[in-house]
Amino acid sequence: MSSAATVADNIQSEPDNYLNHESGIKSWLLTKDHKRIGILYLFSVMSMFLLGGIFAMLIRLELLHPGADFMTAKTYNELFTLHGAVMIFLFIIPSVPAILGNFVLPIQIGAKDVAFPRLNLASWYIYIIGSVLALLAIVLGSVDTGWTFYTPYSTQSTTAVIPMVAAIFILGFSSIFTGLNFIATVHKLRAPGMTWYKMPLFVWGIYATAIIQVLATPILGITLVLLILERAFGIGIFDPAMGGDPVLFQHFFWFYSHPAVYIMILPGMGIMSELISTFSHRKIFGYKAIAYSSVAIAFLSFLVWGHHMFVSGQAAYATMVFSFLTFMVAIPSGIKMFNWVSTMYKGAITFETPMLYALSFLFTFAIGGLTGIFLGATAVDVHLTDTYFIVAHFHYVMFGGTVMAFFGGLHYWWPKIWGRMYNENWGRMSAMLVFLGFNLTFFPQFIMGSQGMPRRYFTYPEKYQAFHVMSTVGSWILGLGLLIMAVYLIYAIKWGPKAPKNPWGALTLEWTTSSPPPPHNFEEIPKITHGPYDHDKVVIKPEKVGVPA
Amino acid sequence: MDSTGTFWLPPGGSTISGSVDSLFYFIFWASVFFFLLVVGLTVYFIVKYRRRGDEEAQSHIAQNLKLEIIWTTVPIILVAIVFVWGFKTFMKMQVAPKDAIEIKVTARQWMWMFDYPNGSNSINEVVVPVDQPVKMLMSSEDVIHSFYVPQFRVKQDVLPNRYTVVWFQAKREGQYDLYCAEFCGKGHSEMRGKVRVVSAEKYQQYLEGGGQSGEEQGGGGQSLASLGKQLYQSRACNTCHTVDGSPSVGPTWKNAFGHTVEFQDGSSTTIDENYIRQSILEPKAKIVKGFQPVMPTFQGILNDRQIDGLVAYIKSLSEVKE
Repeated sequence: MSSAATVADNIQSEPDNYLNHESGIKSWLLTKDHKRIGILYLFSVMSMFLLGGIFAMLIRLELLHPGADFMTAKTYNELFTLHGAVMIFLFIIPSVPAILGNFVLPIQIGAKDVAFPRLNLASWYIYIIGSVLALLAIVLGSVDTGWTFYTPYSTQSTTAVIPMVAAIFILGFSSIFTGLNFIATVHKLRAPGMTWYKMPLFVWGIYATAIIQVLATPILGITLVLLILERAFGIGIFDPAMGGDPVLFQHFFWFYSHPAVYIMILPGMGIMSELISTFSHRKIFGYKAIAYSSVAIAFLSFLVWGHHMFVSGQAAYATMVFSFLTFMVAIPSGIKMFNWVSTMYKGAITFETPMLYALSFLFTFAIGGLTGIFLGATAVDVHLTDTYFIVAHFHYVMFGGTVMAFFGGLHYWWPKIWGRMYNENWGRMSAMLVFLGFNLTFFPQFIMGSQGMPRRYFTYPEKYQAFHVMSTVGSWILGLGLLIMAVYLIYAIKWGPKAPKNPWGALTLEWTTSSPPPPHNFEEIPKITHGPYDHDKVVIKPEKVGVPA
Repeated sequence: MDSTGTFWLPPGGSTISGSVDSLFYFIFWASVFFFLLVVGLTVYFIVKYRRRGDEEAQSHIAQNLKLEIIWTTVPIILVAIVFVWGFKTFMKMQVAPKDAIEIKVTARQWMWMFDYPNGSNSINEVVVPVDQPVKMLMSSEDVIHSFYVPQFRVKQDVLPNRYTVVWFQAKREGQYDLYCAEFCGKGHSEMRGKVRVVSAEKYQQYLEGGGQSGEEQGGGGQSLASLGKQLYQSRACNTCHTVDGSPSVGPTWKNAFGHTVEFQDGSSTTIDENYIRQSILEPKAKIVKGFQPVMPTFQGILNDRQIDGLVAYIKSLSEVKE
């Protein structure tokens, strides 16, 4: 945050914008500007991404060799738990909505701010309290239960389960407040003429996400409170030793955590629609199909939680219903993929860094989605569940999907956020490294998983070592790509060439205001004269870098 | 292919593995098709329609109802096939044949314990006969574990508060890996065992020799049913329950297992392992019609193995099994 403040000081000479309008630490910590709150989230959430990434690198390093090498089983169990908990609850859930959604959504619908700016700032403080408590839990004895906190192991574990679970409970409120704010903003603050079908698909994606955040997160909250009550006061809810039922916990947990997977992916899908249309310089294909499929996914996401539990001992007929619904939720995702590919048909495609991430997404999310079909098929899931196949599938969806889209969006809006361009050559090179490193890390995990390698194993039979070596080497390439990205993006904030208003020739409203935008986003209330993707009606040439309009 | 394994799958060793693998490869090739379609078209478009100079897009066509219908219905049909195929095979995995040999599996941090029908037992290595269905009746003493034999394509969570079942029929003699697949703490990755598949004769010899301890020391063991019979006397079950069919303070155990019982509230159930377990631990949860709720709970008095023993004993008193 302080780095952002000094940046604001350095561009004092520029026209009035949200970065230089006010200065000083206080102006940041007490800001009600959605753009500044987005930046507060950017720095805090990315610090957590760094932390989760370090955990991941340590895990991969330990797995290079089958036996116990430079850590104990206990440390290993803590590392994979913390990697999961940090990446899920502190990074990926807030990533797109709280960083890019906060910054972009109000501008995209022509609003001055979100509906409840104070609530927006409160949600960031709640995020910080939750994060600090989570870090405290790590210091106070760590957690070794897996990010899923399955009972009765989590009831009996001697690690700091209560602080970590309390942290996630608190983080839930941050997520709920953000979602609530976006729902109200989209309903009430659209500029005149911004009808529902003129909204950018990113807004549709964030809107569908917000509905899930508001409806599903309380379930997780209640579940975690029950877990705390059980641990702290011995009230038997999940632990059979106290008369509870451990499978009940799994139902409660996945009732939130499956919809949560869509909290993670829907915003990324929203970014994809922006990127593919902008860099194909062409009208989006199937606008309504993409918009409705987001809503369909949001709805169906509540009805598939049992597919995490095909071998848990749940009734066979419950398994049948969940398997069926799981296949149904795959269809809208497929529809989106086909529409994105069709958007490129007869376009005029250019390959800036954001588009490279969008193309990576098409490749990796296709694999992530299709491998989900294996897992939805009950008989095949029995063999594959709880193996590295699941680990690979999950990372192909979450990293190959959400994070690829997030990086694409981050590069896409970076010039708008900072008024500075990053270096395109470094951007492209890092995008290639991320793509190669990611696939080398996780593709071998599909093979070792279907060959039977269980997940969460500290040591493993030697026959799987070749796959683990590939995976670990891949993690180094991926780490290098991310490191380069961090360097040139941070460099650009201060020393990058000035960004024009519309470097990409995009048609959504955020590109009609200056970079960085003025404190209230627009000098006057924007007029909606065309749809967000009407490249057939309006042609805007990308503006040259360094020559601000 | 089945016995050697493939690039994706380890060799198949059970009667179910072939059908799981066929479905796996059906989905695999369908996925390859859709992947090549999406990525192939993407590559084709980005090469063919890359911007050259300052040109604009050649077309802005934004909808095509026919295409939308095709790419919605074709995947629906395909996943419907996968759904039905997957669930049918799943049901075969779920329902053990009636003549299956029953082995009791007890999981604990961090070992597998096996009790054979004749009272032999073993730890971390289970011996089963080839070409015969084997049913594992499983429970855990502590946290959740999961019984996973990759080459048999079977996996089932093992729970601390109820019995779960997995069954398989091995097709070839040999040694197969057994993994715990549900994270269970420090020793999780060491909770690995073996399934040793032997001929029917060798299996009999193994049992008669007293199982693992017999192999190791030449001694014998006690079957669950005989443990139950002993407990029936020593824990005074016989005060209220008979084993000859005559009613007493409580219902008789003779011909109870596998039969339907009617409760005071009018509902009924078929007596199975979980019902018996519940009746021992929470005797007031379900009261059999015509009896009083007077039985004390045996929670904390009987351990899991002793409850297993009573279940096995009650089972042995019934002419109808399952």
